[in-house]
Amino acid sequence: MMTPQTALLFGILAPLVVACLTPFLANRPVWSDAAGPIGGVLTFIAALHVALAVQAGETPRLFVAQIADGLAIDFAVTPLGAIFGLVASGLWIFAGLYSVGYMRGAKEKHQTRFAAFYAVAVHAAMAIAWSGNLLVLFIFYEILTFSTYPLVTHKESQAARDAGRLYMSILVGTSIVLLLPAVIWVWMVTGNLEFRSGGILADALDPKMAPVLLALFAFGVGKAALMPIHRWLPAAMVAPTPVSALLHAVAVVKAGVFTILTVVVYVFGIDFLSASGATTWLVWLASFTILSSSFVAITKDDIKARLAYSTISQLSYIVLGAAIASSVALQGAALHIVMHAAGKITLFFCAGAIYVQAHLTKISELDGQGREMPWVFAAFFIGALSIIGIPPAGGSWSKFMLMVGAVDSQLYFVLAVLGLSSLLNIYYLLEPLSRGFFRPKVKDVTIESHPLVVIPPVITALLSLALFFYVDLFADLASLMVAP
Amino acid sequence: MNDGGLIAIFLQNLPVLVVVIPLLLAPVVAIITAPRLAWAISVAGVGGAFLAAILLQSITESIGRVTYHLGNWEPPWGIEFVVDSATSLTLVIMTGLAFFATLYARASLMSEIKHTDLGKCYAAWLLASGGLFGLVATGDAFNLFVFLEISALSSVILISMGAGADRRALSAGFNYLVIGAVGATFYVIGVGFVYAITGTLNIADLAARIADIGGGAALYAGFGFMIAGIMVKAAVFPVHIWLPAAYGYAPSAVSSLLAAIATKAALYVLARLLFTLFAGVPDITELAVTYVIVPLSLAGIFVGTVMAIYEKDIKLLLAHSSVAQIGYIALGFGLASSASVAASFVHIGNHALIKGGLFMAVGGFVAALGSRANLASFVGIGRRMPITATAFTVCGLSLAGLPLTAGFISKLYLVRAILAEGAYVITALVLLSSALSLIYLWKIIEVMWMQPAPAKAPNLAENPAIYVPLWIVALANIWFGVDASWLVAASRAAAAALLGGGL
Repeated sequence: MMTPQTALLFGILAPLVVACLTPFLANRPVWSDAAGPIGGVLTFIAALHVALAVQAGETPRLFVAQIADGLAIDFAVTPLGAIFGLVASGLWIFAGLYSVGYMRGAKEKHQTRFAAFYAVAVHAAMAIAWSGNLLVLFIFYEILTFSTYPLVTHKESQAARDAGRLYMSILVGTSIVLLLPAVIWVWMVTGNLEFRSGGILADALDPKMAPVLLALFAFGVGKAALMPIHRWLPAAMVAPTPVSALLHAVAVVKAGVFTILTVVVYVFGIDFLSASGATTWLVWLASFTILSSSFVAITKDDIKARLAYSTISQLSYIVLGAAIASSVALQGAALHIVMHAAGKITLFFCAGAIYVQAHLTKISELDGQGREMPWVFAAFFIGALSIIGIPPAGGSWSKFMLMVGAVDSQLYFVLAVLGLSSLLNIYYLLEPLSRGFFRPKVKDVTIESHPLVVIPPVITALLSLALFFYVDLFADLASLMVAP
Repeated sequence: MNDGGLIAIFLQNLPVLVVVIPLLLAPVVAIITAPRLAWAISVAGVGGAFLAAILLQSITESIGRVTYHLGNWEPPWGIEFVVDSATSLTLVIMTGLAFFATLYARASLMSEIKHTDLGKCYAAWLLASGGLFGLVATGDAFNLFVFLEISALSSVILISMGAGADRRALSAGFNYLVIGAVGATFYVIGVGFVYAITGTLNIADLAARIADIGGGAALYAGFGFMIAGIMVKAAVFPVHIWLPAAYGYAPSAVSSLLAAIATKAALYVLARLLFTLFAGVPDITELAVTYVIVPLSLAGIFVGTVMAIYEKDIKLLLAHSSVAQIGYIALGFGLASSASVAASFVHIGNHALIKGGLFMAVGGFVAALGSRANLASFVGIGRRMPITATAFTVCGLSLAGLPLTAGFISKLYLVRAILAEGAYVITALVLLSSALSLIYLWKIIEVMWMQPAPAKAPNLAENPAIYVPLWIVALANIWFGVDASWLVAASRAAAAALLGGGL
């Protein structure tokens, strides 16, 4: 029987092994296609093992190396990390399958490089999820950025390179100029960077400085896409859709909000943070991001661009939960990592399926196409329901808890923000569907059928439904996260 | 260590062996016409110095300080070689990188300079290395000037060897000769002033007497001349102007050697002057670091970075980046806290690894392309020369300070040291410049990997004699990014030795 420690090591290494094997499998199509999904299944089994151990109250640990005194590369799985690890590895299975269908269907070049860096990115995401201290988190945060660069720039066109530059300059720029000094600041005042429940800053940091440090983190973690540092996310949509789906709807952006949640819960500590009143401005900024990016989303005709702005808005739900910093709101935020991941990956899968099968990328072109691709549109509908937060889709839980958290903290305007945002979601996420089914066709297209791009979104859509009924494991982990 | 035996004699002579092994082999190499033999002797010479430095490092770790009296003349009359933790760490870094650069040099020099010049080139190579090691090991202020001249003149020869590939190497060498001579002259004028008022040249003796004198116009003048002269040699902004062309047009192996060890030696001397020789007159050293070294370092960081961003020639770009990196090291010395001086030593080591590796990789490209390396010739080179290009990328990411590389460790300790001083503006400037440095690096990486090679581009051969030493250095960049314990501990010891009154 695997111990949680072995599972931890296995879960971090499996994606890396897949990445290293990929170049050698280039001439064996069947194996190279299977490597991603198989890696996904193995990693997920390891992640499940680790998560169950955490649910049982253990903290799986793994020490790798001592960099210098007080700085170590070690892993220790927090309940929040267990959640993120499950999400990243579980969805990699379907994204791996989907990649095969997409890259073949769209006849993309350099598939080996693509598959290798894709796996490295998942490796980095797993390492972020299970990092035992802030330094390890920072290290793999940067590796995640650098490993996704070749994926964003994959097409090697001028547009792709420009997008790649914007992507790197915002993500790496913010991380060096703001996040790194924040990490060093914590290191300086506490002498260590370990994650502990209750935080490590309570006696070490002057509460007056808490808002400054929090701001360094909030803006330093560009991956959380808080306005005004959100521009990289729409730019990254130039990447092939499997990248947008797993990385820019799940692994990368969730690594961002995961970092913020981790910093709030395990570095600042909820009590210290709410006592210092450092988060008020963040509540407002997150609310602003939620609404304004929704408005921008409405104006976008490109499917992926609209989904990207919807992601920016949804990420701020999670930041909002962290900013409210009450027990219920944080649990809602943690659950929203799961729910939004399942929902948004479904939507991206659908966008890619529409592109590969019908070569359509704009919402205005979808008129009347619903009957041509019924499974894809059905999956899109369920994914959209989950994002909007309507039962029986998983997204309703997290949204509900966030609202309860807002009421608990007497932040009534947040209720209004969340309500208005749901209405906007309904408008801009359901528009493609209404066009698909209730409008006459404007464009005659021949549909090339590629089952591998249709099956994954259907499965993840079902997953979004299942998460409404079987949420126990995630709910348990989320409540462990805030347990004193 | 006076209990006789060959080993004991060997150990006692270590401080001087580091210097004389390469120096004595230089005339031997000069008359050898077989390039391969000349190279092998050079490898043995620099390798011997490396071994001696490693032994010295382990000795200073246990007993702290080793001295050697040249010709058995007692100091302060005779010339003394003094090695403490700061010296031995600098020597290990310099000899180690020089060793790998020498290993690498054969194939690269063959492709870049005339074969009849190779013997002379290796002789100059050994003289430059030995001279630079001597600069660090000596405990005598005038002897230091001698080594300054030995290394400068031989460096000029080495730089001018690039003329076979590009005639601009001649003017680069000449500029270095003139500007370097001005620097050395300033230094020796300064030595003249302090000699006039103290009557001694031994650095430890000088330090004690200067502390007694405590001030006065002659002392201040001596201080100013010596510091200014060494700043020229260390290429601190704005007296760095010789550096970009010198590194840019020298043969790639020479650029790799000089980038790894030349300015490092001068920076070490700068720190010695500030913290040992003139430790007794804190008012003037504090003035110098606060109003001269720190602002100039910051200016150099930004000027070097911005010049690199606009540069299209790869070697010149790396040379401009060196100006910025020298700025970081000088900044750490300028802040003069034990943490910041230690951070500077960490960066002396890491930057030697980074720039040494990068110039080696460029040499690999130049050898295969047969032309200068610039952005245009780099298009799509990643897939044409994957082994060299990957090593270049690894060292480049280390330059940008990606975690798990040596460069990240430097950044971590430097930023922490600056923050600990409460210097928030400097922290912000350093971080900003670090982010800017990504621009010039990314420019190269994008062209190498993310642009398809032109149609009909011929396949390029990669030479193991070039990429094996290169990869050793590239892997060292990763090794010291994951396990920095030794370097950090040694740097702390070096800072303690330097700031604790030293010699």
